[in-house]
Amino acid sequence: MDTLDPTGQLVIKVLLLVGVAVATVLLTRSSTGARHQAIRRVLLVLFVIATAAVIIEPALLSRMARFVGVGRGTDLLLYALAVGFVWFLASYYGRMRALNRQITDLTRALALSQARDEKAS
Amino acid sequence: MANEDVAILVPVFNEARVVAEVVGDLRQHFDRVICVDDGSTDGSGAAATAAGATVLRHATNLGQGAALQTAIDFALTSPGVGYLVTFDADGQHQIDDVLAMLGVAREQDVAIVFGSRFLDERTQAGFLKRLVLKTAVWVTNQSTGLRLTDAHNGLRVIRRDAAAGVHLTQNRMAHASEIVLQLGRTRLAWREYPVHLLYTDYSKAKGQSLLNAVNILFELTFR
Repeated sequence: MDTLDPTGQLVIKVLLLVGVAVATVLLTRSSTGARHQAIRRVLLVLFVIATAAVIIEPALLSRMARFVGVGRGTDLLLYALAVGFVWFLASYYGRMRALNRQITDLTRALALSQARDEKAS
Repeated sequence: MANEDVAILVPVFNEARVVAEVVGDLRQHFDRVICVDDGSTDGSGAAATAAGATVLRHATNLGQGAALQTAIDFALTSPGVGYLVTFDADGQHQIDDVLAMLGVAREQDVAIVFGSRFLDERTQAGFLKRLVLKTAVWVTNQSTGLRLTDAHNGLRVIRRDAAAGVHLTQNRMAHASEIVLQLGRTRLAWREYPVHLLYTDYSKAKGQSLLNAVNILFELTFR
């Protein structure tokens, strides 16, 4: 399954690789929690390797798909995307809750200290 | 003034039309009226201050549960507070009920007195509202282990030792069930007392719509 039109595919390959590189840089820069961060970085490296491999050699995706019993590479990609999206939602929901709690604590502390100041003055 | 050891806790969010009157009435009976202005944008906080309340201000709107917890924290750090009373700002609660509930708490030596609108027939609630509230009561009872006849009734008398066991994390409406749960866990003696809720046009317009019951059920189920 070799490519018939290498020049046309080259453009999209370069574009996708640049996209992955940019996303990698952005993701490594965000930081909270050492252990979480380490896990995220390992996952990120695996993701980059897999993505780059699939971009350079698209047939790999179809071979992977057949290996896990999925008909086409595009289907495998869609499933992976769906799972990834739900995982993303779950992790962000957790982070949102933590953030909301922090805002609550902060707002409460501010209200209480303002009340103390007013009483003192 | 009697009831010097009582702090009335009133969470306020955009209630400028009624809060002054509610606070003014309360101040005739109680020294300590503590309002938590939950990020109001209509001058409710200033109105409550002018009416004689101690006003704490949330810099941003967090929800009634969060406001209540702030009020509890403040009351517990104020010296000489023995009883905390949670009271809604929209004018649907009666001061006579508060006085009677305080009497029950003191005379029968119970730590918590919950107001219930379903212990007698005074409160006029429509069929649908009754159905929704009864469902909320059932769900609350399932999760808290207490057998209450009313849930989501904002009128409660809580003794200091019981209030110290309250740490609300449900910022929005589901706190009404959470507070019952946490008060139940203190294992302190509790009673219910029949109260009269006045459904004025104002409180009806401000109050929880029936659709809100869906939100409450969801918040309780997926917490």
